[in-house]
Amino acid sequence: MGSTKSGKQDYKQLLMEYLETGDESVLYRAEQFSKNSIQQSISPDEIVNEHYQSLLDIIPDMDDRIKSSFQFLIETMISYGMAYQEYHVLREKQIELRSEIGVAANMQDTLLKTQVPQVDSLDIGVKSVAAKEMNGDYHHFIIDDKGNIGIAIADVIGKGIPAAFCMSMIKYALESFSENQIFPKYILDSINRVVERNVKEGMFVTMFYGFYDVDTNYFHYASAGHEPGFILRKESHEFEEIDAKGLLLGVESEVTYEEKFTQIEKDDIIVLFTDGVTECRYGDRFIEQEEVLDVIKSFSHLPAQEIVDSVYKYFERLQDFELRDDFTIAVLKRIK
Amino acid sequence: MNETLSSVPIRKEWDIVGARQTGRNWAKDLGFGSVDQARIATAISELARNIYLYAKVGEINFERLDSVPSIGLKITARDQGPGIKEVSKVMKDGYSTSGGLGAGLPGVKRLMDEFDIESTDAGTVVTVIKWTRI
Ligand SMILES: Nc1ncnc2c1ncn2[C@@H]1O[C@H](COP(=O)(O)OP(=O)(O)O)[C@@H](O)[C@H]1O
Ligand SMILES: [Mg+2]
Repeated sequence: MGSTKSGKQDYKQLLMEYLETGDESVLYRAEQFSKNSIQQSISPDEIVNEHYQSLLDIIPDMDDRIKSSFQFLIETMISYGMAYQEYHVLREKQIELRSEIGVAANMQDTLLKTQVPQVDSLDIGVKSVAAKEMNGDYHHFIIDDKGNIGIAIADVIGKGIPAAFCMSMIKYALESFSENQIFPKYILDSINRVVERNVKEGMFVTMFYGFYDVDTNYFHYASAGHEPGFILRKESHEFEEIDAKGLLLGVESEVTYEEKFTQIEKDDIIVLFTDGVTECRYGDRFIEQEEVLDVIKSFSHLPAQEIVDSVYKYFERLQDFELRDDFTIAVLKRIK
Repeated sequence: MNETLSSVPIRKEWDIVGARQTGRNWAKDLGFGSVDQARIATAISELARNIYLYAKVGEINFERLDSVPSIGLKITARDQGPGIKEVSKVMKDGYSTSGGLGAGLPGVKRLMDEFDIESTDAGTVVTVIKWTRI
């Protein structure tokens, strides 16, 4: 905590030079000196004391009242020094915490990793970006032995670490289903019970679950209060809302979910997302759903992964590169 | 060699000022500089106020430690109050009700060179030492 001898010498030297010349360059060096002192965590009361000690040397016949007034000033600065020292410690702690959260976020990425399935009939792309370090959105693919594909998209209401914990639980629940159980209704009914039992009140999860049958090209789906998805029909070149309704996960244990299906034609595009996409904000204004769909449509000629990447880039830029919510979009394009 | 200098009882808020004054006088006698005097007085304030607030009564003792090459002022704050349940929690920055001011026991620890607490449900003893700078 104590200041160095050379520090003292420097201060007195600077002060003397300044008293003689009143030169701006000395003030500039004083600025460097104070930055240096901060780096060495020398507290404000020390600096005041250095000033006082230097003055005693420079003006030996200083008035006693001025001497006392310095004593008074030092005393007053002690509390500033204490606050300053605490600030230092808290700052270091914050850096430490941030790196710990970084490690946790990496771990989450590894834990929640899902492979985008490679099948002949579908071109699949997905983009998921966390607004903060930890992602409260989740997507998961399941592929059965016939090559049928299950896709889950979920959003924990709430962000950050609690949301991330909740997601890990959902992932392991999803993975525990055997491959011939991956029907939307069955999955949502079961996951709902898991969430209801294991997540404390006030935390809710929305989930959309879709099952693509590669033989019939039927898309089966069910939703637990999730943001509606859309199908961009090749024929009409219009979006069709995937109409699915259901209660959020974890509200009530005995909910049963409704499952529906729709035929997917060649070059139709299924688009699923979380509300981080549809509730993008642009200044004070929410972006209209219309606009989101227009943007997606404008990229629809691209391969699936390029569509989602381009949509993300577009909204990232629109929001000045500051996501307010976790952002997840998945696109399934029938190509055969 | 230790030499007991004096002891100040803490019973009312006014006694905090008395303890500060006594501590400052001893610090001056032992040759501490202006900044250290002010730090010692502030540490005494915090310790005496804790006695006054949380234990109601107690005392502050002053001892001189003769060592080579510096001289130490040892201050012991002692009370028979309810004690501090989780000392390690209290010693974390940001815990004190003064949060953000850097005061409280972690502040005392930083103001002084040595710091120790013993606390049970029969009372609390905080011991701090400041050495003169050489
Ligand atoms: N002498 C004491 N006896 C009992 N409890 C104490 C004593 N000193 C401190 N404490 C407890 O430790 C806590 C932290 O003390 P301190 O760091 O001085 O911060 P503050 O007094 O601002 O809360 C106090 O809130 C009090 O509960
Ligand atoms: Mg206190």
